[in-house]
Amino acid sequence: MEDKKSLRAPVSQKPHVVPKPEHPEYLGGSITVEINEKKLTVPFGTTILEACKQAQIHIPTLCHHEDLCVAGVCRVCVVEVEGMRTLQASCAFPITAPIKIKTTTNAVRKARKHIIDLLISEHYGECYSCFRNNNCELQSLAKEYGVDHYNFGHVTQPRYEVDNSSYSVVRDMDKCVLCKRCVRTCIDLQEVGVLEAIDRGHNTHIGTFFDKPLAEVICINCGQCINRCPTGALRANDPRDEIWAAIDDPTKHVVIQTAPSPRAAIGEEFGQGAGKSFTGELNTALRRIGFDKVFDTNFTADLTIIEEGTELILRLYKALVKKEIVALPQFTSCSPGWVKYLEHFYPEYIDNLSSAKSPQQMFGALIKTFYAQKAGIDPANIVSVALMPCSAKKFECNRPEMNSSGYKDVDYGLTTRELAQMIKEAGIFLPEMPQSHFDDPFGEASGAGLIFGATGGVMEAALRSVIEFVTGKRVEDVYANADITPVRGFEGIRYAEIPITEVGPVPKLLQHLVPDWNWLKGATLKIAVCHGTANAKKVMEDIKAGGKFSECHFIEFMACPGGCLGGGGQPIPTNEEIRKKRAEAIYNEDKSLPVRKSHENRHVTELYDMFLTDGPCGHISHKLLHTHYVKRGKFIA
Amino acid sequence: MQNHLEVKLGKKTDRKGPVIFSEYKRGEAIKKALSMSREDILFELKDSKLKGRGGAGFPTSTKWMLTAAAKAEKKFIICNADEGEPGTFKDRVLLMEYPELVFDGMVVGGYTIGAQLGIVYLRGEYEYLLKPLEDYLEEMRKDNLLGKNILGKEGFDFDIEIVLGSGAYVCGEETALIESLEGHRGEPRNRPPYPINTGFLGRPTSVNNIETLAAVSHIVVKGGKWFAKFGTDKSSGSKLFSVSGDCEKPGVYELPWGTKISELLEIVGAKNAKAVQIGGASGHCIPKSQFDRTLAYEDVPTGGSVMIFNENRDMLHVLKNFMEFFVDESCGQCTPCRIGNVKLLEGVEMIEKGQYTFAHINKLKELGRTMQLASKCGLGQSSPNPFISILENFKDEIFNRGNGGRNGR
Ligand SMILES: Cc1cc2nc3c(=O)[nH]c(=O)nc-3n(C[C@H](O)[C@H](O)[C@H](O)COP(=O)(O)O)c2cc1C
Ligand code: SF4
Ligand code: SF4
Ligand code: SF4
Ligand code: SF4
Ligand code: FES
Repeated sequence: MEDKKSLRAPVSQKPHVVPKPEHPEYLGGSITVEINEKKLTVPFGTTILEACKQAQIHIPTLCHHEDLCVAGVCRVCVVEVEGMRTLQASCAFPITAPIKIKTTTNAVRKARKHIIDLLISEHYGECYSCFRNNNCELQSLAKEYGVDHYNFGHVTQPRYEVDNSSYSVVRDMDKCVLCKRCVRTCIDLQEVGVLEAIDRGHNTHIGTFFDKPLAEVICINCGQCINRCPTGALRANDPRDEIWAAIDDPTKHVVIQTAPSPRAAIGEEFGQGAGKSFTGELNTALRRIGFDKVFDTNFTADLTIIEEGTELILRLYKALVKKEIVALPQFTSCSPGWVKYLEHFYPEYIDNLSSAKSPQQMFGALIKTFYAQKAGIDPANIVSVALMPCSAKKFECNRPEMNSSGYKDVDYGLTTRELAQMIKEAGIFLPEMPQSHFDDPFGEASGAGLIFGATGGVMEAALRSVIEFVTGKRVEDVYANADITPVRGFEGIRYAEIPITEVGPVPKLLQHLVPDWNWLKGATLKIAVCHGTANAKKVMEDIKAGGKFSECHFIEFMACPGGCLGGGGQPIPTNEEIRKKRAEAIYNEDKSLPVRKSHENRHVTELYDMFLTDGPCGHISHKLLHTHYVKRGKFIA
Repeated sequence: MQNHLEVKLGKKTDRKGPVIFSEYKRGEAIKKALSMSREDILFELKDSKLKGRGGAGFPTSTKWMLTAAAKAEKKFIICNADEGEPGTFKDRVLLMEYPELVFDGMVVGGYTIGAQLGIVYLRGEYEYLLKPLEDYLEEMRKDNLLGKNILGKEGFDFDIEIVLGSGAYVCGEETALIESLEGHRGEPRNRPPYPINTGFLGRPTSVNNIETLAAVSHIVVKGGKWFAKFGTDKSSGSKLFSVSGDCEKPGVYELPWGTKISELLEIVGAKNAKAVQIGGASGHCIPKSQFDRTLAYEDVPTGGSVMIFNENRDMLHVLKNFMEFFVDESCGQCTPCRIGNVKLLEGVEMIEKGQYTFAHINKLKELGRTMQLASKCGLGQSSPNPFISILENFKDEIFNRGNGGRNGR
């Protein structure tokens, strides 16, 4: 038979392949339909749901999600199509003829109510003990359809055990409505394929390979499934209790670092529209909650740029001048979801990963060494928390390699959602907080570190430094406002070439590593950026096949769609519009900062002068700021 | 005289019937079809008024015409040999005893719609047929009834593969079958698009029941008009019935459409039947008072399963059995079917225990109506049928059970 691999995901879950118009009158590409007796013209192939949206008619949905392909399984979106024997799922029905649609007939209303009643009858969970209380699509549907009693009974016993084996994702299948959004997320959006429906009939449930615990399968901890689950069935592994306990313990010095993406999104948890950063307000709120110090992860993002950029230069120098065999292209390593993806699916490319740790882990290592020394605190008494947009960061800080300070470098990864919860518990309304600054000795960081939060950000930050290092020119002279737009945007995979026409003197920081830049003169730097592991897979397959990405020098990979701002720990819901607004917030904040290049961050240069005295990629830095990876493969024993 | 293959397949050559079981020589239909144009074959099929025998009763000529008209480099014809409907076994008999009819029909189909490959999706439980059938296909290849330039017809290359199912009833539903063939979980797809446009591997595909394909072989040889002579106006030809239950002579019967239920009962020797379940678990339960109804698309349509229940049978028990079947066999994909069937079964159990109210039973009947309307595929759309028809047609028996419990109020 034919190669089935090309059709990996079930076609039922793929976007519609809409047949070509058969009737010449539709060849123009649009069709006039009637919705509740009102006429509307839509493009051929539009779903009934989209058409209704255009006509401003609300249709309830549950399994449908804008980021995902069609499922048509929950059936709450059914409508009547004249001439058809049965009701049709509006999310799954492409308009290919001038049909007449009715959205609120008796049969439709009854069907929707029945379906909601049925889902609730099987739903084991109580809203007041659920993290999705007030932000749950099942709950909203129940409200919308006025459910005021259990029409078809209600389960009284749990059927499944909660799976909290994973550092990142907790699965409570008793709250699952089998919408399969997680399945589609994992296999289509992320191309990981950890989750699938198992068993049949009433025993159907979402499970993993042989129903193993999540920690024992190839889950990359990206948490994208959490962000798209309509209910509380999926959540992150929540460390709030432990953190509160640390705050309450007077012997503990509790510090928190905050990444840029949570700052750009946490307002959403307080009813603010997407697209505004609350950095200053958050600093104040964190101190009021009881954190002893508040640091800016962007500081180590800047440091990452110096370390990773230096590593790249060294790899290129070895390859081009010393003619040594080195792994190129260099891959970024700051997204722990991506790192685990590569470890599972492309372990043979492990040497291509930059050995530089992620900003979170660099910070962790510095807090319990540099900062502890400076502040005169026993690192054993420091509890280091990282506010991240990401569920994979929880896994990352628990990797056995991440103990280079002699302690667990980062004690807890905390997500945006969880911190918002803590702030609420403390009775604080974040948007009304006065603003305040980050604590020294790390202070405010550069805009380059900040834009790490958006896809393309790491690359842009790296380029801002590398261009200045090598050419001696100001980035502003090459790219207006130092906005390197070719690497920005939301396209899944982006590629750019940067010709190096002239070179300048080697900056002091790198003088012990390379004598001059002449070997780079006339070269063209080839770079690429991708986000979402499905896109990462495309790039990796191209590299394997020796395509254009194999000729790149440096590639940025982010596990999550949109980059960190779309991370698995971010506020729910998510969609492309929300992610774009978060990106805007980040780029606007970058614009407003006085320092926008990592190497111009004064605290970073001071750190090299005072602590990392043998420079970027030197011995001290290697011990604290670099790491190694594990060849995991697809099968876990 | 039986050859070795016939012996292997357990061929009985003594069945006689007016249409399907009438005389036929291997390869006859292929030879005839290859001398005709595709359009002429479609015209014969149209004249025959043949409707799909898998249960849905969609006109075969239309299905093939649409698949033929779909523009694609590759197309497929699939023989649905999943035969999972409780109480049917006529497809197995056809495959064992008349493989020539089925395979020749597939070749004719392949020629008509422009497919290069035919796939038989064989029910997992029929695994014991796999080897003999594959040997049979090998013989066909030897005789150039399969392969390249079949019977010298330049450019007509066609072959048949057999793939085993894994035992899910829902995989008989054509789109779930295709998913299963592609190596995925057997779950029905959204429609539209239909398989005739977007089927196996995204290509135009015609899925046909075994009996449909067997009928095609006869129609091609003997003509559409000949076929349409049998049966009624809207239900042409004859039908194979798989008869089981309380009767003297269970088995596979070929009867013209339009036969009365009472006539069928007479033929199979069912003495004191009180109910007949027509069309399998998802069909309708006909009480004695309606035995004069006719088996035909215009009255009681069926895929061929006939289960007979005599006076001693407990109809609530029968119903419970059906509902348990659906609770297990739903693919679990869509809400109305996955959970709805559980609720209907619970209702049956309540009646069994005598702990129910009529208000609740009526609520369940309404739920059944929603399941018929809102389920994604034919399984959920028809699973409430027995619940609704048995409770309606046997209310006296069911609601006056001497079970000592608190009967419905
Ligand atoms: C739940 C379900 C099970 C089915 N099982 C079978 C089956 O076992 N055999 C079959 O031929 N058709 C079965 N069908 C019908 C098929 O979907 C399809 O209509 C048929 O194979 C088309 O062939 P025909 O046009 O020759 O009837 C089933 C349908 C449903 C909804
Ligand atoms: S998942 Fe939703 S409906 Fe269920 S308990 Fe949580 S908030 Fe309530
Ligand atoms: S966390 Fe990511 S990889 Fe793991 S199951 Fe969810 S979507 Fe799949
Ligand atoms: S776990 Fe959540 S996303 Fe996945 S099927 Fe269940 S309800 Fe849907
Ligand atoms: S109706 Fe039943 S068998 Fe059909 S798709 Fe829905 S759950 Fe699956
Ligand atoms: S939203 Fe359309 S079927 Fe679920």
